[in-house]
Amino acid sequence: MALLRITSPHTQRAGRRTSWVMQMVIYATLPGIIVQTWLFGWGTVINLAIAGVAALLSEAAILAMRRRPIRFFLQDYSALLTAVLLGIALPPTVPWWVTVTAVSFAIVFAKQIYGGLGNNPFNPAMVGYAIVLVSFPVPMSQWLGVSSVVASGEMLSFSQSLQAIFHQLPVIDSYTMATPLDGFKHKELLDSQSAFETLPALQAASIDSWLWVNLAYLMGGLALLWLRIITWHTPAALLGALLVMSGLFYVFDTSNAASPFFHLTTGAAMFGAFFIATDPVSSCTSNRGKLIYGAGIGILIYIIRTWGGYPDGVAFGVLLMNFAAPLIDYYTQPRTYGHKKAKTGLKIGGDH
Amino acid sequence: MQTAQVFSFHGGIHPEENKTQSLQLPLGKPSLPKELILPLSQHIGQASVPLVAIGDQVLKGAPIAANNGLLSSHLHAPTSGTITAIESRPIAHPSGLSDLCIVLQPDGKETWTELKPLPNWQQLDATEVISHLADMGIVGMGGAGFPTQVKLQGAHKKPLSHFIINAAECEPYITSDDTLIREKTRELVLGIELFQHLVQAEQVTIGIEDNKPTAIAALNKTLTECNSKIQLVVVPTKYPSGGERQLIQLLTGQEVPSGQYPADIGILCQNVGTCVAGYEAVYLGKPLISRITTLTGKALNAPQNVDVLLGTPVAHLLAYADLQEKQLNRLIIGGPMMGYTLDSAAVPIVKTTNCILAANKKELPAPAPEQACIRCGMCEQACPASLLPQQLLWFSKSQELEKAEHYNLFDCIECGACSYVCPSSIPLVQYYRHTKSSIRDAREAAVKSDLAKQRFEARKARQDAEAAEKEAKRLARQQASASKAVQTKKTAPATKTTEKSALNASNSEAAPQINDTTKKLKVDVAIGKSKLKKLQKQLVEAQEDERLEDISALQLHVSEQEKALVELETELAKAVKANPTKKPSDTPDNSVEKAKAPANDALKKAKIDAAIAKAAVKKVEKALKKAEELQAPEVDAIRQQLADAKKRADELEKVLDNPSPSTPPTEQKPAVSAAQLDLASQVKKEKIAVALAKAKINKLNKRLASSPEDAETVSKDIEAAQQQLVQAESLLATLIESQHNSQETS
Amino acid sequence: MFTVLLAIGILVVLSLIFGGILGYAKVRFHVEGDPIVDQIDALLPQTQCGQCGHPGCRPYAEAISNGEAINHCPPGGQATIQALADLLDVEAIPLDGDHGTETAQRVAVIREDECIGCTKCIQACPVDAILGAAKQMHTVIADECTGCDLCVEPCPVDCIDMVDVGITAKNWSWDKPQGVAAQSLNIIATDRSTEVSQ
Ligand code: SF4
Ligand code: SF4
Ligand code: SF4
Ligand code: SF4
Repeated sequence: MALLRITSPHTQRAGRRTSWVMQMVIYATLPGIIVQTWLFGWGTVINLAIAGVAALLSEAAILAMRRRPIRFFLQDYSALLTAVLLGIALPPTVPWWVTVTAVSFAIVFAKQIYGGLGNNPFNPAMVGYAIVLVSFPVPMSQWLGVSSVVASGEMLSFSQSLQAIFHQLPVIDSYTMATPLDGFKHKELLDSQSAFETLPALQAASIDSWLWVNLAYLMGGLALLWLRIITWHTPAALLGALLVMSGLFYVFDTSNAASPFFHLTTGAAMFGAFFIATDPVSSCTSNRGKLIYGAGIGILIYIIRTWGGYPDGVAFGVLLMNFAAPLIDYYTQPRTYGHKKAKTGLKIGGDH
Repeated sequence: MQTAQVFSFHGGIHPEENKTQSLQLPLGKPSLPKELILPLSQHIGQASVPLVAIGDQVLKGAPIAANNGLLSSHLHAPTSGTITAIESRPIAHPSGLSDLCIVLQPDGKETWTELKPLPNWQQLDATEVISHLADMGIVGMGGAGFPTQVKLQGAHKKPLSHFIINAAECEPYITSDDTLIREKTRELVLGIELFQHLVQAEQVTIGIEDNKPTAIAALNKTLTECNSKIQLVVVPTKYPSGGERQLIQLLTGQEVPSGQYPADIGILCQNVGTCVAGYEAVYLGKPLISRITTLTGKALNAPQNVDVLLGTPVAHLLAYADLQEKQLNRLIIGGPMMGYTLDSAAVPIVKTTNCILAANKKELPAPAPEQACIRCGMCEQACPASLLPQQLLWFSKSQELEKAEHYNLFDCIECGACSYVCPSSIPLVQYYRHTKSSIRDAREAAVKSDLAKQRFEARKARQDAEAAEKEAKRLARQQASASKAVQTKKTAPATKTTEKSALNASNSEAAPQINDTTKKLKVDVAIGKSKLKKLQKQLVEAQEDERLEDISALQLHVSEQEKALVELETELAKAVKANPTKKPSDTPDNSVEKAKAPANDALKKAKIDAAIAKAAVKKVEKALKKAEELQAPEVDAIRQQLADAKKRADELEKVLDNPSPSTPPTEQKPAVSAAQLDLASQVKKEKIAVALAKAKINKLNKRLASSPEDAETVSKDIEAAQQQLVQAESLLATLIESQHNSQETS
Repeated sequence: MFTVLLAIGILVVLSLIFGGILGYAKVRFHVEGDPIVDQIDALLPQTQCGQCGHPGCRPYAEAISNGEAINHCPPGGQATIQALADLLDVEAIPLDGDHGTETAQRVAVIREDECIGCTKCIQACPVDAILGAAKQMHTVIADECTGCDLCVEPCPVDCIDMVDVGITAKNWSWDKPQGVAAQSLNIIATDRSTEVSQ
């Protein structure tokens, strides 16, 4: 009789493997992807395909180089998740090589260089996004508009999308327009009232399209919460901080600031709150830490949107807070059972 | 009975309960096995010391091992029979190692020894009842097997606010406490009241999980019947609510401070099994010799609870519960969350074995391979101790022991909730266990190296002092000899007195000095004794406080102190003996002893020589072995020679040994032995010559092997050396012969 | 010209002020550290075996503080070298094989019926862990023995053995799991378990 000898516990919660967690997150982006496709055409889907292939290939290549079993690590779906997040974040018509650069940079330099899954200090998807945003600002700022408000008055067809991504589509400009955030950022001397009246990007159709996108991601995020894959702390703190910041400035300076509702429902607010900021590896560990971390991102998003050089601030906000995460962790350890106070800081010992 | 408030604790999980399987059949009573194996360590603390010898007949319930120190327990024969062995047997331990066990072969008669209940316990002093419990070998039957008397005594430190009876039994599969409550409700209540009488807590509470409705109903009924003040609190089912600290939090809202014990905040926790055992010990006089254990798992056809004698091998019980050998994949003692696997079914049931889980492959599949921690935080949400398991894992992996400790690794109760939920199926608990023991080992090593350093330094100081003293004496002697030269002239006439009186005079001169040293030694001994007492006191306190880590350190100190004391005492004894003025009657004895002494000395010397000769032969043997490894053919010859040498050494030994006891302590003896010694030393020399010659041959042989070119010259050299060897050996032979002769003449 | 002089003047005053602050801070917050020899000594295993070529650990600590290599202590092994390297901020180098190799913790045991009571081992023992008197049987106090080997050689009858301190149920501990990386090289499902047959 050969008996198995292992340490306790001898049983595990069935079915909830790491790959399952990753898959669930991917599935939770589906509503958002569907809405994006419906509003902006097939570009997002094509991007996702390109990103997925690039991610798997670069992950496999570097695993082979690091002499790690390829199948085993590809099966954890983490590379695919990074690809999905990037594919969603990049503009639907961005040339294919931008996607490939972003994805492979994310996998190779933001993840594998640090030792692979679980060891990356920064959110790989956002590192990839930031790199291409800084390197290729022009294609990165071309976002399609909903059909009713763009010059051509129609949506890119599938073949047009393919053409746009793999060859330059000469008439692409007639399909694109500034996003609401973009438009608001470049309202120049207009006050908000007139900006919302005059700028095409700030018309109801455009704003509504982004509202839909955000609602879809909110739905996916709530599903993740319900599945207990993420906790409420980070998204709530992020959205709360964004709400408070925009609310404050809106109250004090109604003529120049946008309303909190505008901030919460445009750009990558929901996507960032539920899918990017909650990336467990690079965020804070304890619940209190997550609150601080989320709030920090919310504040940074508002600051970058309002005074920074880029229309949206999720990527940089997340990356900046990734820097701070270890420090926050040190100061937000939970109070352990039987201890009067939580331990803080790096000091070793001495709490009794 | 009012309903009490139930608090909650952080985290916790809801694994599948799997409790119904073992509750289908009534409580079983397996037959007597062929032999009972009783480990001497069934509890926390020092192993018991056997009171029986192999071959002894014992009666059921008779003590067979006694406690060894405070934190230890007694052990009793579970049935009548014969002790067949006291030996190392595999025990129920995660390591699968063996430990000392008493093996009892039942005679099948089950003859009880005379039982001594304490019917009047209510009139007795609490300490008397507690020591009776200790004599009956009662230990905590829920988990670690903490000796109950120590726990009860510790509870006297502070006025008790709560006495909690742990009936939660939160581990999946296990139903032994459930069964116990159903079967022995009355006994349990009486046991609880007995303990309450001993500890006098303000409030007595039974904590039970809501998944045991039958047991709850039975308890409720009995409690109302008895009109008891005991409170029954039903807590929601959540693992690990049965953990002592978690149950305390559930029932009182208080947390046991880290590194302390429930007694420190006025709470005592006892398992239901312990209470029933206490009842049986006091009311019936029965020692702890059996317990209720759950046999469950899909590899068993008849899962059930059994009332089983301690020492019954697991295999016997598995057979009783109809094991399907082929199905068995994992054999676990305890539950699936905190139990440990067994390598062999030969291990016995001990006082703390609450469950045997014989699982098949489907039931408890092999764990998935470990993946990277994605810091998902699920473990953190599940941890009942509010730790950060993912951080602890990180520090354990990188062996950052200090940081792990800073993150309160030692507050981890190893409940396994974190591993259970971890999506990467990381064996977190194993990491923690490993790190904990690394930290403990490092601490122990530090203590030990500190001790070594102290002793090394003390020795150096002593050596320095000795050297200084010698130097001072030498100087004094120089001076004295100068002044004596003058004195002797003056006192010349006085020296005519008998030698004896001179001896006496010198003795009496020496006496004050010796007295001084004796005094000093006595003082030292006294100081040592008081120190020892203090340390022992500390140890007792530590044991009462259940401070395990301190205990071992203190014990080290105590034993050290004891040793020092013994040393001092022997020194003192010597000093007293060395002072002959105290006993004038000593003198005649002394002279006899003196006469004996040289003879004895010679005898000893001879023995020593023999021993040295033996050692020398051994050393040559070692060399030979090496030579053998290097080269075969020549070695044979050498070996032959060596054998001869060995024989001769043996002879020498015999020769040296034999005469000594037979020779009367006459004056001839020293002379003879002196002659023998002379011979012996010659023999030694010759032997050395032999050894040298052999070594030379060896070397040459080696050279021969390594450089075949100069084979001729080398082999010539070898021959020459061999000749030398032969010569030396013949000389040796003659010497030994003459030794023989000299012996015969004596 | 005046501005230049003014700038220089201001800089001088500033540097004086900051110098003063720094100087005060040094005096005020001075930490009395252990002398380096004590710190080194605290890291050495205190086996007192002399394999490093010094009569005990402290002399070796002194030698290290005078520049001797840190890899001469076999009982301490690589762990001690690492600790010393951390303390002295030098590179950790592998153990110098000339001084011996790292062995498991051992303890001396005297075969007591063969002991002739020559006291030689007592004199050799650096930590006074041997008990006995002239012409009496000797014994080793196992708890005090550092396993230094020094008593074995002087014994004229070879009755001292060095025995490994075995693993018992009391000091046994779980192994460290193999981890992701090691396991992924030979990816098998039974990684954290060992198959044992009865
Ligand atoms: S549950 Fe496992 S994967 Fe998740 S944080 Fe804890 S240890 Fe890491
Ligand atoms: S095993 Fe330790 S770390 Fe894990 S959940 Fe239990 S108490 Fe927390
Ligand atoms: S080699 Fe021996 S004496 Fe030298 S430092 Fe190491 S333990 Fe001490
Ligand atoms: S050296 Fe050997 S023979 Fe001498 S006292 Fe020590 S153990 Fe005994």
